[in-house]
Amino acid sequence: MAKVTIDGIEIEVPDGTTILQAARMIGGDIVPPAMCYYSKLKTSGGYCRTCLVKVSKGSEKDPRPMPKPVASCRTTVMDGMEVLNITSPEVLEARAGVVEMLLLNHPLDCPVCDQAGECHLQDLAYEHGKAETRYEFPRREFEKIDIGDKVQLHMTRCIMCFRCVKVADQITDGRVHGVINRGDAAEISTYIEKAIDNDFSGNVIDVCPVGALTDKTFRFKSRVWYTKPVDAHRDCPTCSGKVRLWYKGEDVARVTARKDTYGEAEEWICNSCRFEHKKTSDWVIEGPTKVDRHSVISANHYENLRLLKASIDRQRASLPHGDKVDLGTGALNPNNEEK
Amino acid sequence: MGKKILLANDHIEGIRFLDTYRKHGGYASLEKALKSMTPEQIVEEVKTSGLRGRGGAGFPTGMKWSFLAKPEGVPRYVVCNADESEPGTFKDRYLMERIPHLLIEGMILSSYALGAKTSYIYIRGEYFYVARILEQAIDEAYAAGLLGKNILNSGFDLDLHVQIGAGAYICGEETALLESLEGKRGNPRIKPPFPAIAGLYGCPTVVNNVETIAAVVPIVNEGGAAYAAIGVGNSKGTKLISASGHINKPGVYEIELGVPVEEFIYSDEYCGGIRNGKKLKAVVAGGSSVPILPTELILNTAAGEPRLMSYESLGDGGFATGTMLGSGGFIVMDEDTSIVKNLYTFARFYHHESCGQCSPCREGTGWMEKILHKILHGHGTLADVDLLWDIQSKIEGKTICPLGEAAAWPVAAAIRHFRKEFEDFIRNGEHVNDVKHYYRLNNLTAPIN
Repeated sequence: MAKVTIDGIEIEVPDGTTILQAARMIGGDIVPPAMCYYSKLKTSGGYCRTCLVKVSKGSEKDPRPMPKPVASCRTTVMDGMEVLNITSPEVLEARAGVVEMLLLNHPLDCPVCDQAGECHLQDLAYEHGKAETRYEFPRREFEKIDIGDKVQLHMTRCIMCFRCVKVADQITDGRVHGVINRGDAAEISTYIEKAIDNDFSGNVIDVCPVGALTDKTFRFKSRVWYTKPVDAHRDCPTCSGKVRLWYKGEDVARVTARKDTYGEAEEWICNSCRFEHKKTSDWVIEGPTKVDRHSVISANHYENLRLLKASIDRQRASLPHGDKVDLGTGALNPNNEEK
Repeated sequence: MGKKILLANDHIEGIRFLDTYRKHGGYASLEKALKSMTPEQIVEEVKTSGLRGRGGAGFPTGMKWSFLAKPEGVPRYVVCNADESEPGTFKDRYLMERIPHLLIEGMILSSYALGAKTSYIYIRGEYFYVARILEQAIDEAYAAGLLGKNILNSGFDLDLHVQIGAGAYICGEETALLESLEGKRGNPRIKPPFPAIAGLYGCPTVVNNVETIAAVVPIVNEGGAAYAAIGVGNSKGTKLISASGHINKPGVYEIELGVPVEEFIYSDEYCGGIRNGKKLKAVVAGGSSVPILPTELILNTAAGEPRLMSYESLGDGGFATGTMLGSGGFIVMDEDTSIVKNLYTFARFYHHESCGQCSPCREGTGWMEKILHKILHGHGTLADVDLLWDIQSKIEGKTICPLGEAAAWPVAAAIRHFRKEFEDFIRNGEHVNDVKHYYRLNNLTAPIN
């Protein structure tokens, strides 16, 4: 066990825990944002640099501070480590810089993007970004590519988090999905635009933090904030069958994996559940989803905007407090529990 | 005349070939080591010698070697980093071209000292002809029983391979090099674990620069103490400097660490002064990524003492008034050089070579290049200089590997020391000293801003 202090809050965690995991155990506003780290994918994280934190004391044995900010998702805690996240102006400055870099070549086409409303980059930019850009050059653009008949890749929106590459490596079989070119010309690609053809390929949509990989069966059907999330399950021979249905009126607009507070899929689901079972009668409804932090919009973010802003300001100004703003959801409460 | 160790025999015709090399004392240190020294003794000698990594960072080699994990039943690897891609650096190429057997001998010694049974030389793709030279030399060594099974009847086996990269600056970063060597995309790994614990194929690995490994040969031959007697302070031994730019005698020079910079630039033994009798304007002392220094700071430290060619003296004053010895790519610029143009060239290089893994470097390097391009074409504003400064501060220290720093430092240093020139350039167009041939724009038109 190792004792680690994050923004003045002490917690004891098992050896080998990363700073980010420890912060998630504490919870609240001190959790660093993560755009590329995904706890269910091995070797993910370390790329986006949004989770940078300052280690002001290395460990009990070696109390020297680390010279540079470190990626909290890939740095394991040491006993006696002291970490500064939102209490360090330096970290907030660095994070604002990273957000600016991530948005540099992002098209900001949120009004026509299917991910809008549940986009991690939107949340991140809202919390840490600046109101305007200082970038005055043309942004990079790519052609849209279909990888398979159900998934579309729109590289223009991609922030190169590598999550989908890890999914293709670790969840699906056959490594046909990777990165070509380098630098800011780097792009996610499949082997000569080959379709990813296996039962779990749809999960690349769920892991994508932005609108680069989208569900073609759901494209332009609805804004996500007009759909109501409901947890449901079915007997699936391939996967666990535990999914989230997104209702628009009486119809199931789309099916996704259940996601936790940090937007990570709890269990991977198969393509059959995701794309082919879009009738209420296919599913056993468990009840409305309690949406916590996942989306600024689904959590009535804009109504609670001033409240949250004040909370963040307060935390930045002084030590963090433990209060969590409970943001209710307006989720659908269907009466047909069994059907 | 300074003492030459690595390049003592480079003028001899045919030193490239094994016969001539052996005739002039080649492989004597190998025989000495295999017959009379234990691996630990060699590591001790290297520690005593005070040898520091010649690739750029200057980390003590002996210490690096002693960090190598030695678990039972797991192979260990020695990898030679011959991916010399830093603009302004060409010393390793010279060494490998001229005396390939020196590197091979160093590789065998290092592998013996560290207990490696297989070793690799990772050479950059553009050096394919050098790779041929090395392969030829390795074949000669195999034929002479200097490589392979039971080297010189000592019971020590070693296989040495040359692997050619595909032409990426990033593969000179040790973990990206290992990825590339494993056949993967050359992206730097996230450290820890360091290669000394989990490197090539997950096994303990030491990655050293060509010149570092070559320097092990004289250290074993003459002892670590004799090597440590050369040099100044914590900068021991000799260093190959690739001198280029506006000097009379560009080329590779072996210097004893501690030669004054002024002597290095102006003496006939080395660079031979500035070309065409011009004045010195600035020097990039250690390859394109180290901070550029103007004349007054490169010749003398901020305290007024003469600056020496050594790790400490060049680093004196931190980045505010100092620089780094780096890989020894010594680029001299005369009074007619435009720092803005020069910086654009560097920024373009780092943009081109960024691997695209982490966001600040991937996006920031391109942004800096675009701003400099804009300034260069007369559309810059004074605010752009501040913006450049801000961008470089957002990249430096925020990335996985040192490429972010390498891209940020030249921009920071150019603005730190030559801010006025940037502002002049933005207001008046390119600044040219030679007014006989050019008119400065402000003689003809009012300032743009």
